[in-house]
Amino acid sequence: MSFFNPENLEKAQILVGLYPDKRSALIPLCHLAQSQHGHLSNEAMVEIAELVGVQPAEVYGTASFYDMLHTEEVGKYLVGVCTNVACLLSGGQELLEHASDVLGIPPGATTEDGKFTLEEVECVAHCDKAPCAQVNYRYFGPLTNGDFDQLVDDLKSDRLSDSVPPHGVLSRVFRDAPPMVPLEIIHQERRVMDEAKKARLAAQNPDAGGKQ
Amino acid sequence: MSTDESQNLVTLSIDGREIKAKGGELLIEAAEKSGVFIPRFCYHNRLPQVGVCRMCLVEVKGPRGFSLQPSCYLPVSEGMEVITQSEKVKKAQDGVLEFLLINHPLDCPTCDKGGECPLQDQTLTYGPGESRFAEEKRHWEKPIAISELVFLDRERCIQCDRCTRFADVVAGDALIEFIGRGDHTEVNVFPDRPFSSYFSGNTVQICPVGALTAAPYRFKARPWDLSQVESSCMACSMGCRIMVQSSQNGLTRYLGLDSDSVNHGWLCDKGRFGFEAINSADRVTSPMIRKGDSFVETSWASALSLIGSKIVDAKASGDPSRIGIMLGSRLTNEDIYAWVKLAKGVIGTDSVDSQLGDGLRGEVIAALPRATVNEAVSAKAVLAFTGDIKEEIPVLFLRLREAIRNGRTKLVTVGTRSSSLDKLSEVSARVTPDQARLLAMEVTKDSSKFPEISAVLSKQGVGADGEGLVVLLGRENLAWDQSIVEAFALELSRSLPKAKFLITLRGSNFSGAVDLGGVPRLLPGRSSLETATPVLRQKWANLPAQGGRGAKEMFNAALRGELDLLFLVGSDPRQDYLDSELANSALDNVGFVVSVDTYLSRSSSSADLVLPAAAFAEKAGTTTNLEGRVFTVNQKVTSPGLCRPDWTIASEIALELEEDLGFGSAEDILDEIAEVSPLHWGLSWHRLTKSAALDGVVVPITATALSIRPRAMLDQISTPGIASVWNQGLPSSKTSYFDDGTIEEPGSASQPPAQASVASVEPIWPVAPVQPLGTMRLGYSRKLYGQGEHLMNSPHLSKLIVEAKCRISSKTAKELGAEMGDSLRVADKAGGESLFELEIDDSVGDGIVELIRGSFSNPGFSPVRSDEAVNYVKVERA
Repeated sequence: MSFFNPENLEKAQILVGLYPDKRSALIPLCHLAQSQHGHLSNEAMVEIAELVGVQPAEVYGTASFYDMLHTEEVGKYLVGVCTNVACLLSGGQELLEHASDVLGIPPGATTEDGKFTLEEVECVAHCDKAPCAQVNYRYFGPLTNGDFDQLVDDLKSDRLSDSVPPHGVLSRVFRDAPPMVPLEIIHQERRVMDEAKKARLAAQNPDAGGKQ
Repeated sequence: MSTDESQNLVTLSIDGREIKAKGGELLIEAAEKSGVFIPRFCYHNRLPQVGVCRMCLVEVKGPRGFSLQPSCYLPVSEGMEVITQSEKVKKAQDGVLEFLLINHPLDCPTCDKGGECPLQDQTLTYGPGESRFAEEKRHWEKPIAISELVFLDRERCIQCDRCTRFADVVAGDALIEFIGRGDHTEVNVFPDRPFSSYFSGNTVQICPVGALTAAPYRFKARPWDLSQVESSCMACSMGCRIMVQSSQNGLTRYLGLDSDSVNHGWLCDKGRFGFEAINSADRVTSPMIRKGDSFVETSWASALSLIGSKIVDAKASGDPSRIGIMLGSRLTNEDIYAWVKLAKGVIGTDSVDSQLGDGLRGEVIAALPRATVNEAVSAKAVLAFTGDIKEEIPVLFLRLREAIRNGRTKLVTVGTRSSSLDKLSEVSARVTPDQARLLAMEVTKDSSKFPEISAVLSKQGVGADGEGLVVLLGRENLAWDQSIVEAFALELSRSLPKAKFLITLRGSNFSGAVDLGGVPRLLPGRSSLETATPVLRQKWANLPAQGGRGAKEMFNAALRGELDLLFLVGSDPRQDYLDSELANSALDNVGFVVSVDTYLSRSSSSADLVLPAAAFAEKAGTTTNLEGRVFTVNQKVTSPGLCRPDWTIASEIALELEEDLGFGSAEDILDEIAEVSPLHWGLSWHRLTKSAALDGVVVPITATALSIRPRAMLDQISTPGIASVWNQGLPSSKTSYFDDGTIEEPGSASQPPAQASVASVEPIWPVAPVQPLGTMRLGYSRKLYGQGEHLMNSPHLSKLIVEAKCRISSKTAKELGAEMGDSLRVADKAGGESLFELEIDDSVGDGIVELIRGSFSNPGFSPVRSDEAVNYVKVERA
């Protein structure tokens, strides 16, 4: 039995075909598996290993290196509260403590209903809206304790389901790449473009003599 | 052109001293060769460098003055200035070690590595002495078993990447990997996927701390209690160089020695952990004679005189070939020579064989031009028609894999089954016997029926006469009779006279047996009975008048009641002869069977007389590996009970016949071999133990073998256990870090030995039978861990013995209506049958059923029959 559903298996095979070296598709495939299942299960890693022709241990090694790839089960919503400098100064630490109280779990844990996982994160580049939090990598801030309660309430009652998809879904629009273009054609087109550019520049500025 | 330019040498200065080094060489190596040791952890001379541990930082002058750079990652260049000892370097080393020790536990007193630990040693030599780290160290579960053989203690790991690099790059089994990031990094396996690599023991040997430990050695000894001796592994025909270590007269472990020509420091787990069998309590320790259904112990004297009288009786019939001798793979060259001399020189029978239906005829091996391993891995192209090398000769697989990965050679495989080599090869062709014949005749011709193979060979520049081609020749599929393989090789060698052959049979010292007359119709030096040298005729009084019988003919003779006396010297035909039914019924019919054995094997437990033999590491001698390279095998422990070396037993039996074989030690025998065998002229104990100790000597000895090659310096961080025992000045002072390089020139002995040529042996293609209706083709091959006394007596390896299953492809399974796990009934030609669990495996071709030799022993069932050229079996659902 395949881990990937038929639709994703097809996407996976396209991803593998995109790279000259199959193993380059490893991380994209991890994201694909996460979008199907919320996290990377052992089954998923074994299948990815087969697809790209490496050992499962190598997939596990790669997946465990990156924070955005979860080899343990996580909730539908992965809530990350920033406690880096800008947020810390604006009450990020307090916000994290409040979040922990509201959700009833310490950072790193998942609620029993499987809805929320709370994380303490480093700077997510949303300093102008400090203190901030991210839910499935969608930003919210600045957040007071009340705002946070409201956010949790909205998430629980699926009012934000349009803007915050379940964990694992990075983007709802998949790239629509054509099959790999042979390098010779790329070089050929580049040569044509370069020459056109040179000609254009020469026409604009006859003195420069083709200098770019 | 000056010598410097021609060798691409560059000049650089290390600590103010000018040295010369090869351009592109790594600084850490160049420094070491010039006598400057730079500390290191992650660097290993047989692994690609990664520069992660930072221990080898030295000051190197650049445009902005001196800066710290890792010497393991920096190739030398002209005019380079390097400082390896300065305040700045010392501070860097202090800092690196302080960081490495932050999370390293202080459990040295209970750690197996304590006393031979590169981290311990280098901390003492280069470290700060004190740590400023007062926080809590990280903790992991201690230790976890990552396989049946290897334990991992993650607390001790310093993340040098040696084991993971080895597993990925060298072994190709990336089953261990760094998991996590930063201070959460650990080495681990994927959940429920153990580190079941044939080469896992090497990671234990190269671990620079005690993170990886081997189950058979854990808590067995401390390094300072060990003594050691150099030897050569005899688990297969590769002959890997090893250091045999023992404590209190018990073997504790083998470590791989780095021999450039052979094993590059690597060993397979079967070789490395096989020592446990020698320590086994189930050894035969005294002569035993059959009384009814059981054995009773007897004395050597009465056992020998009984044998003497049996030989006299058998000879009284006037036909010495009523006495047969089968030699096993335990024997050293000296053992083989002594037994062959007893048989062919004293008793006068030529019925001596060292192969059990799974080899190739001695005359064929002797006639084919021989390639060395080094020639094979640097050949323009390699053609493999051999059993799965990873399963049979694992370290040769590593050498070949490395060469192919680095683009030094290209591989083409030919055969009936898929094997581990297919992943490395350019082309894998499946052939029938007829196609094999066509291939042999016209592989380099334009009209070749195998255009893909021919294309690879011509692209690689292999000549039309086979120049640059090395053929790996073994038993690709044991369901094919050896005569097909022999005919293939002879045919190929005739059409490609410049092609060389590396015979990849598995049995240890099969090559020594061929070289020393341990096969019918050959005498020491590969000469035939007719072409015996005058020296040999003088030393051997009673040369056989006519050619004798091989194993198969001996068994057939036994069935006819024509075999009165059979010696099994380390040979177990009931277990190992390919047609086990023939062996069983024949052995039941031999007048008197004498078994010289280390364990009560299947054959010896039904023998009439059992003599206890000394095992590996209990006797000195030499062995010859598959390429004809002779190495020393040394004694480390004394045998239990009344065991004697095999050659001594042959001498004693000769004395019973009132003949003196004329030697009192293994050295004496080697001298006699060098005297009577043209192939071994120039060989001496001195040459083997001094100048050529590590790499051995290829026979016949040529001028290049005589060139003096200084022994490479031992990197004590690459091979921790060996160096630390050496450093304690324990017995092994014979071998120094640097060899003195002196060498005795052979006297008048340098006349070239007569080499048999392929012209003298006709290829005889057997008539392959048409596949009978309702049968399937049989794939019959070996796995590394098959049944056999050696493995079954090793507590740790015995757990790995392969299960008896039959494998077929999913398409074939569908035709049979069978599913994974079903029970299938496999019937041989004679109607013997056996049940096997089905495993569906699509690497098996359609219409083929794969059985693993040595995974089952069912009375009445032998899938291979010795009188069939190609074997077919019937398969049905049970």
